[in-house]
Parts: sequence; structure tokens; C-alpha cells
Amino acid sequence: MTDSVRIELGRRYRFAASHRLHNEQFGDAENDRVYGKCNNPYGHGHNYVLEICVSGNVNPATGMIANLADLDGFVEREVLEPFDHKSLNEDVAAFHGVVPTTENLCIEIYERLKPFPKAKLERVRVEETANNSFEYAGEKTEGQRP
Amino acid sequence: MVLLTRKIEFSASHVYHNPAFSAEENRRVFGKCNNPHGHGHNYTLEVTVAGEPDPATGMVLDLKELKAILEREVMQRMDHRFLNKEVPELAGKIPTCENIARVIWDLLEPKIAQGKLHRVRLYETPDLFADCYRDGAAASNGAGH
Repeated sequence: MTDSVRIELGRRYRFAASHRLHNEQFGDAENDRVYGKCNNPYGHGHNYVLEICVSGNVNPATGMIANLADLDGFVEREVLEPFDHKSLNEDVAAFHGVVPTTENLCIEIYERLKPFPKAKLERVRVEETANNSFEYAGEKTEGQRP
Repeated sequence: MVLLTRKIEFSASHVYHNPAFSAEENRRVFGKCNNPHGHGHNYTLEVTVAGEPDPATGMVLDLKELKAILEREVMQRMDHRFLNKEVPELAGKIPTCENIARVIWDLLEPKIAQGKLHRVRLYETPDLFADCYRDGAAASNGAGH
């Protein structure tokens, strides 16, 4: 299969977490204006859906780009365990001083999953709700491959 | 360029087993999917075709024609079948989502006469899918999300 058809494997995961959108540099009025309800001081939560795509050669012996057990284990360790049922602002060091918008969450998840050793991470998509989703494929792109 | 996506569903059974592996290795690599009597899924296939709408019809391609191609090439071949034994294109291959998607790509690409096959996405479950693209085509969410 060393031809010009590219195959990617996609997998979806779920986690629930709380966050508060608040920028210490802004005053109360500006935080309220910029973030609205999301600035509620006690935070609020979402059921996030994480969708990732990885690419690589399909191993003829297994028919797989990557063994799902390896991929699931890696995502569990790097993202689900540290994020699920947590406060993103309080419990995730990367969001100390960084507003945990879902844009920033996408970038943080991408950076955590990029070192997956068995396949190449192509992109990360996070659904904050059924109606809002965000996608990040690294610095080289803006949602498009080169 | 406009992308048009058609979705179909089919149900099929399969087993993951490599005769070159020992029984223990098959169990270790393939886990539950190595159950000798097989198991099944409701597959969802999304086929995306790229093209410019024909000025006379406003269509990238005639959906009736795409439906007929999908019926002939995919449904009749795979729906309510045991993929390992009944689909010759998968003979000797492990019928993973990656391999089935690739077989479907190869079946459909030469049949699409108007527009170009852009993406084949095959869901084995709502949480597991494989995408095929021709290299150089931009990956995107496609329709349906």
C-alpha cells in the first residue's frame, strides 16, 4: 500500500470537565463582556467529545495503522485520566494562567498526543457541545493539510 | 469546488485472525476481535465526491447514479455478509476498518464518472472510523459534522 491513497484512523473519546473563562488581566466588566456566562465565578462544565485522527502505514500482518489498545491506553493516560471529572483551571497545570477555552484545550491535547509512538497524529477535534467544535492540526496548517 | 456526501449503512460480521500468528499471539494482538466465530457491526459509510456543479443541472453528480453505484459495489457485496469469507477483495487481509475502507475506495474510485472521489469514511462504531483520501487532497471534517 505504498501508493498515493492515504488512510487515517479516527477515534472518539469522551470526558467531562469544568472550566471558567476568566482573564486576570481584564477587569470584572471586561471579563463579563468578553466571556459572558462563561465567566461565572464558580465555573461550569461540559461533556467534551475528543476526536483524533492518526495516519501511518497499514501493517499487513494486523491490518492496522495502530493497535487500538495502544492508542486508547495512550489517550487514557495523557488526556482522559488527567482531564476527566476535573476542573481544567485548577487541576491542569497547563491552564494556570491560560484561559481554558476549547481552542486552547485543542492545542493542549494536540501537544500531549503528538508524541504517540505508533502512528502520526494528524489532528485533534474537540466538541464542547453538540453545536460547538474546534480543530487543531499543529502550527503548519490552519485546518488544512499542506 | 463543492463536496457532496452520501451516507449508507450496512451490517456485516468479521473476525481478526492472522494464520501466521500463534493462537496466543492472535489473542494478544486482536483481543476480543479474535473470537473464532466472528462478531458483527453496523457500519456507516460516508462517501464524499468533489466537483463543480454542472451549470445545467446544478449537480456535482447525479445522486441517483451515486446511490446505484453504492448499492452495486458496497451493499450487494458487503451487507449481511461475513467479510472474511464472502468478500473476495478482502481475502487474505484482516478486515479492519482501515482495510475495508481501502477496499471500498478502490471499488468506488473508478466508478465515479462525474466529479472525483474525495473521501471515504467508514465507521465501524460511532467512535471508530477510517478515512481514505487521495494524497494531496485536503483533509477536512467533510459533511455530516
